[in-house]
Amino acid sequence: MQKTKNVKVLKFYPEKCKGCLECEKACSLIHFKSKDGGDKSAIRIIKKNNKFQMNVCDQRGLCLDMCPVGALSRKKNGVVWLDKNICIGCQACVGFCPIGAMRKSDFRIEPFKCISCGSCVRACPENALELVEKNIDNIKEVVYHKLGV
Amino acid sequence: MVEGQILAKEYETGNTKKPWDTKKMKDAHKTIAEYDYKKGSVKRGYANRTLYINLSKSVIKEKTVTDDMKKKFTGGRGFGLKLLWDSIKPTTRWNSDENELIITTGPLCGTTQYAGSGKSLCLTISPSTNIICDSNVGGFFGPYLKFAGFDAIEIQGKAREDVVVVIDGEKGKISIECAPQEETNSHILNEQLTHMYASEDSDKARQKVSVVSAGKGAENSFWGCLNFSFYDIRRKIPRMKQAGRGGLGTVLRDKKIKAIVAKVDKFDGVSNNPADQDALVKVGTKLHREIRDLDRFQCNMRAVGTVHLVEIMDEYDLLPTENYRFGSFPKASKIYSPKFYELFTKVIPDGCWHGCTMACAKTVDAFTVMTGSYKGEKVTVDGPEYETVGCGANMSLWDPLWILEFNFYCDTYGIDTISTGTAIAFYMEMYEYGILNKKRCGGIELCFGNAEAVLEFMHRMASGDKDEFIQVASKGIRRAKDWLIEKGWGDKQIIEDTGMESKGLEYSEYVTKESLAMQGGYGLTLKGPQHDEAWLIFMDMVNNAIPTFGDKAEALHYFPMWRTWFGLNGLCKLPWNDVEPSNNAETDEPAKVPEHVQNYVEYQNAVTGWNVDKEELILQSERCYNWQRAMNVWLGRGCRKDDWIPYRSMGPVTELEYISRKERYDKQLIEILGFSESDIEKMSVSERIDILYKYRQNQYQKLADAVYYRRGWTPNGVPTPQKMRQLGFNDSSMLNMLQKKIDDDEKNGLNVWCGKYKNDEKPPTNDLKYWEKW
Repeated sequence: MQKTKNVKVLKFYPEKCKGCLECEKACSLIHFKSKDGGDKSAIRIIKKNNKFQMNVCDQRGLCLDMCPVGALSRKKNGVVWLDKNICIGCQACVGFCPIGAMRKSDFRIEPFKCISCGSCVRACPENALELVEKNIDNIKEVVYHKLGV
Repeated sequence: MVEGQILAKEYETGNTKKPWDTKKMKDAHKTIAEYDYKKGSVKRGYANRTLYINLSKSVIKEKTVTDDMKKKFTGGRGFGLKLLWDSIKPTTRWNSDENELIITTGPLCGTTQYAGSGKSLCLTISPSTNIICDSNVGGFFGPYLKFAGFDAIEIQGKAREDVVVVIDGEKGKISIECAPQEETNSHILNEQLTHMYASEDSDKARQKVSVVSAGKGAENSFWGCLNFSFYDIRRKIPRMKQAGRGGLGTVLRDKKIKAIVAKVDKFDGVSNNPADQDALVKVGTKLHREIRDLDRFQCNMRAVGTVHLVEIMDEYDLLPTENYRFGSFPKASKIYSPKFYELFTKVIPDGCWHGCTMACAKTVDAFTVMTGSYKGEKVTVDGPEYETVGCGANMSLWDPLWILEFNFYCDTYGIDTISTGTAIAFYMEMYEYGILNKKRCGGIELCFGNAEAVLEFMHRMASGDKDEFIQVASKGIRRAKDWLIEKGWGDKQIIEDTGMESKGLEYSEYVTKESLAMQGGYGLTLKGPQHDEAWLIFMDMVNNAIPTFGDKAEALHYFPMWRTWFGLNGLCKLPWNDVEPSNNAETDEPAKVPEHVQNYVEYQNAVTGWNVDKEELILQSERCYNWQRAMNVWLGRGCRKDDWIPYRSMGPVTELEYISRKERYDKQLIEILGFSESDIEKMSVSERIDILYKYRQNQYQKLADAVYYRRGWTPNGVPTPQKMRQLGFNDSSMLNMLQKKIDDDEKNGLNVWCGKYKNDEKPPTNDLKYWEKW
């Protein structure tokens, strides 16, 4: 089987964003069948110093090596995927995500994350979001650091 | 070995893969007893029942956990004490029919959100000490036992033939089956049983099975440990963690249990049904983040596990070398953690229970076995941990590969690396002095540094060799001391002073000579000299934070109580202080890690729905700690004379030791004992040793005085009925037994402080019956 080389990740154009948070609402609809957005959304738009920032998984997959039960895997399309039927809710991936993009809502014990489905892209009235292809080898990272180096 | 981001199913470890005909083995099983039970759910951390099995009578039944039991004993080790008290007699010894092997869990055990939450607590009457030993261990068994429906399992009696006890949480069935064909040694047996009892042929199913076993070494020594398995979906083998101390595996094999298997159908992050899931996730995730950010700058547990301690101990003269004669050694850098890091498999979540991101359980995969019956096979070696490497130093083995070999065989033979290593180190020293020699050692050249001899000894022991030395030596240092003295091969005092055991249990791997508080941490313990009650060396020796006897006694009250608490709840102690918040040093009491103590308050409240504070946590422990001490008294020990420690742990026994640290000891004679430099010049080394000897022995007695007083015990170290009542116990048979013991001590003149106090010094109190006023 040929290994997946590329993955789609979200790209954000902050200058276009007006902060309507339609993306978050679309996202929480996917994950929790709820239009609440906020804590139930895998993508977060944060206003800082009058500018908008996006916080979302960049699919680098550091969490893959964290999961004790193998609930995290890279799907054929390169997306890092959490299988909540296998997940035992330990939050190791949540705690170790360096950018805080693996999320936990109060709704259920298993975390959730961006799966690059594109519903936020479609929901954005300003075209401030885009899915772009990246080479996995260029973004992947390993949990462990080299000892004494 | 690997570079990360390999899917779990694609990992390749290079281990030898053996195909087992598990069907044939299973067909050979004959069911001896069976019991169907109603599966229930865990509520707020408790399954609310325990499982009782009597192998002699083929009885299997359930016992209810009452609210009173939870209130008094909390869970885990506390439950174990309660079950033992109800089942054994003061005359019970390790191989008595009524002795029990107990495995308990604790209310927080099995939580996946907080690191270090999968510990089981094992209790029995120890062959080494004839009192209660308790040992905590990782692996999946404890959590699975609870999720299968039981807070604890107690096994009494002995089977007639080798049996496997199966707790099938999938079907709701307990069975005792005779198991004639399986291997006994753990690394193979665990694999066979994991495959046999997994509900389907998949890693996912195998991960839901956990096995407890002990190998051939456990059968033929007093050092038997229990191997708790946890199936690793990446390495595709059941790995194991050990309940090492005190001979639990020996009791398992004495009961003719080959293994205990627990199996669950499903579990998830809320199988404990915590009272407040969100609070639990919050506190757990906070700790995960702390480990992520700080571990690499602090203990480096995630990379090398506890082996990071080797270089620290060597630097501070605390790494036991050549039977604790020295605390550092020129060759020690050969076994520093980077040497093991090179060998460890990397980038795998190495927790011994799910969700432990401290992940200290390292392995060396595809290690080629060098000796014995598995020679040439490629196996996974779990560990080594610091203590095992410390044993290497103690036996003067400075090659990481031989330490791995020692580690592998200890594990699969089911023997405790600590007891085995410490004991062999003692035999090696005796060999050096000619008290032992090749002939007396059954033809084994057991001198320092001879790794092949160490392995030969272990192989012969595991095979049940009848040679007199092998038979005696495998029963531990205490028996070997008596044997050597009886044979008249050496000076009694040197044998007593150098063999590192107390209460009959071998020391763990720290040199305590320069830390009086730590001598107490080893000696003034419940089960014997181990470091899971208190580790005070840095506080005492390096930071000088507890200078007075009162300070040391306070530390020897607080820390044993605090560390006992982990055992009551089914937790691991490491995430408490092997990672510390970055501002910890600025807090009032950095040694206690106040923020983490608060975490545990929130954690216990979140699971159980209680509303406790940090004082209540200590009180939970104090109840069980005193109960265990009282039971030791009941079993005929647990007094001051039982808290004796060998002089090797207090100071230099031999001239070689004195001379190797001459500056330090001479300085102490001048600064502490008031001798002048010219006085010392005139003294021989043995005279100087004698002076230190008397001084340090007295210091230890004064420490014991202060500690007994702080703990509210009599000057002979007996918990008083008044203390027990204060803690909420009103069991009249226990209280009467204690009162009788105190009255007897009074008659025999044992209710006196044993330190010799100079004019300007005072014992803790002049009222020898101070407790009577309570």
